Amino acid sequence: MAKIANEELLQKLNDKFPGQITQTGADFGLLTVETDKNVISEVLNFLKTDSALQFIFLTDITAIHYPELEKPIGVIYHLHSLATNTRIRIKVFLAEADLHIPTAITLWDGANWMERETYDYFGVIFDGHPDLRRILNVDDMTVFPMRKEFPLEDPNRIDKKDYFFGR
Amino acid sequence: MSDIQIVEAPAGVEGSGFFATKLSEAVGLARSHSLWPLPFATSCCGIEFMATMGSHYDLSRFGAERLSFSPRQADLLMVMGTISKKMGPVLRQVYLQMAEPRWVMAVGACASSGGIFDTYSVLQGIDEVIPVDVYVPGCPPRPEAIIDGFMAIQKLVRTESIRRREEPKYQALLAKYGIQ
Repeated sequence: MAKIANEELLQKLNDKFPGQITQTGADFGLLTVETDKNVISEVLNFLKTDSALQFIFLTDITAIHYPELEKPIGVIYHLHSLATNTRIRIKVFLAEADLHIPTAITLWDGANWMERETYDYFGVIFDGHPDLRRILNVDDMTVFPMRKEFPLEDPNRIDKKDYFFGR
Repeated sequence: MSDIQIVEAPAGVEGSGFFATKLSEAVGLARSHSLWPLPFATSCCGIEFMATMGSHYDLSRFGAERLSFSPRQADLLMVMGTISKKMGPVLRQVYLQMAEPRWVMAVGACASSGGIFDTYSVLQGIDEVIPVDVYVPGCPPRPEAIIDGFMAIQKLVRTESIRRREEPKYQALLAKYGIQ
């Protein structure tokens, strides 16, 4: 099967979910769409099970933090259609006060660890996840280290300069 | 004349047919030339340590012939590489499983101070969880530096009392780390 053109892919999504899908870019030909957390489960389900699309491979789930936005935390899904060799990126932005989003484990078992990692680093809570706990950091950590809420290192400190280490 | 070097006898009283010295000196001499290290190598310093163990640098000539990855019978814990906060409890458990007498050597910048990894996930020096006897600087230290650190440990072992465990200073140190 040939690669699906971005226009065709977007058209299919818009037909299925009118008004709930917005294209936000197509960097390097990778179609990027934004949607809402109320429909994300249906969107993922449609992309996976539609016979023409077959986005059966979940490449990654991660998140991003734009502190200046109204909805600062974005959850990002990368899907790959192994049948047509097409990729798509889906973003869902969440408000700081309500970092809940439905889990994708019902569709892909591989989402389990990805969601745990996203929770670990950004604090996104995936509703329906069977075992949502930290995966990489220590269990007693209270912060979410990938959020941009920590000051940068003091540029004047010298205790870690190269010459102390013979470099 | 053979060029085999023999370790000098400790200070003592010598006469015909007898030699008297302190027990701790004799024991220290024996211990210092049969240190059994437990390599705890997590990253690049571990590779440097492999070179130290190899035939060119040959750590074995110090009597450190039995390198094993078990705390059983080990005297010297050599921590080489970045220790993350998640690895901290593991390292501490390995240290606790070692029997006295035991010494600890932090090899390289990461084990000594966290090195370049000034991050939320990295332990800023293993002396936050276990007491350390010798720090080896360098990133990574050359095998010569590791051997130098090893010889510094040997000197400690040679000169320490065999009752180090009972010393108030040592007990206070262990108490500071919450050990026993």
